Amino acid sequence: MYPRAFHYHRAGSLQEAVTMLSQLGDDAKLLAGGQSLIPLMKLRFANPAHLVDLNFVSGTSYIKEENGSLLFGPLTRHAEIENSALAAKIPILHDCAAGIADVQVRNRGTIGGSLAEADPSGDWAVVLMTLSTDVRCLGRNGQRTVALNSFIKDAYTTELAHDELVSEVTVKMPPKGSGGAYLAFKRAAPVYPTASAAVQLTMEGDTCKDAAIALGCVGLTAIKATDAEAALRGKAVTEKSVAAAVEAARTVADPQPDMRGSADYKRTLVGALVKRAIAAAVRRARGEQVEVNHLYA
Amino acid sequence: MPETIEKVSIQLKVNGKSHSVSVEPRTLLVELLREHLDLTGTHVGCDTTYCGACTVLMNGAAVKSCTMFAVQADGAEITTVEGLEKDGQLHPIQRAFGDAYGLQCGYCTPGFMLSAMQLLAHNQQPSDHDIRKAIAGNTCRCTGYQNIFKAIQLAAQNMKGAR
Repeated sequence: MYPRAFHYHRAGSLQEAVTMLSQLGDDAKLLAGGQSLIPLMKLRFANPAHLVDLNFVSGTSYIKEENGSLLFGPLTRHAEIENSALAAKIPILHDCAAGIADVQVRNRGTIGGSLAEADPSGDWAVVLMTLSTDVRCLGRNGQRTVALNSFIKDAYTTELAHDELVSEVTVKMPPKGSGGAYLAFKRAAPVYPTASAAVQLTMEGDTCKDAAIALGCVGLTAIKATDAEAALRGKAVTEKSVAAAVEAARTVADPQPDMRGSADYKRTLVGALVKRAIAAAVRRARGEQVEVNHLYA
Repeated sequence: MPETIEKVSIQLKVNGKSHSVSVEPRTLLVELLREHLDLTGTHVGCDTTYCGACTVLMNGAAVKSCTMFAVQADGAEITTVEGLEKDGQLHPIQRAFGDAYGLQCGYCTPGFMLSAMQLLAHNQQPSDHDIRKAIAGNTCRCTGYQNIFKAIQLAAQNMKGAR
């Protein structure tokens, strides 16, 4: 399949990419990892007249620790995060990176591209929503910082202006005693999950001091399940409180029926994923090494 | 589209050989390899980033060549299935796929072998789980994967012996 013909522009810096976007107008799009955009262009669902390629901008792929936060360059590939000992300090980040699609896609796809695309089935937004995440945006008037929770507006819609791009993603290190896990149910590796759940819990003994729970693929954006969080926050993690959190997660889920399953099926599924993710998060919060792998049909 | 699209000049190394080519921006990497460089060992299966038949190595990393524009490979080193053998000798991975009968129709095989290349370059003793993760982006509809697993295990053993 051939995409519609387009003009190719290779940016030498992020600032130059911003200038190109503003000069080329609405028909220009950024090319990062391309693992979503190129398939969409081949199917002619996306038909940009101009592509601004970010892949040749040096210094855009990095993972650093600074002032109690992890900093990710916008073009850091999923595979680099998967294999990073630094990123593994926050185990839920490793769960996410290692579970995206397959090796080939992880070698190309980027964290900045995933957030900027805001696909309702994307993995990064769900996971980063359970952490304190800021998105640095670069535009003609310089940098601004947007909290992830207000960065994603709707399906495929973000806070980014047309001539603005993601220049860095900052994730605050969770406090001591915090653990998280991300679980997705997938029909096969290369496809998007049917549903997914991210849970980050801060524990003090058996009591949950703080909880963050987000759901993926069951709404137009990743959903922060605040009622599910409240069902755990300040309480002992017991069968009863977990059941209440699961019920709250099922209630807030707003899935669309599609080829991956009916709305009821997805709602049931997301509840089961929340339950399993809570169990893994509690163990990790205690300092246990727990391997979490996505579930495949 | 009446408007003219400027072609882009790129240089890349494919299987150790340098090429300077001029391509339309929308040319996919797989199309460059197959149609311009006549390297037809890289196959197009689903053409939708699913099946992995088009897998090649770019600077040592497995990528789906149907999901990259050729212009993105400017300056890169690409390895296709044609680049695996050396001096007329099959690569141990190629031999193992034959010895363990890790194929039937063979359409997906180049992609599997390139994915195995990336795995075995970093992991000399892959577990079943490692192999499963490494080939999760490759789809075979003939062998049920069991012989492909055996082929990759055999290749790992043989390559370890050769080191």
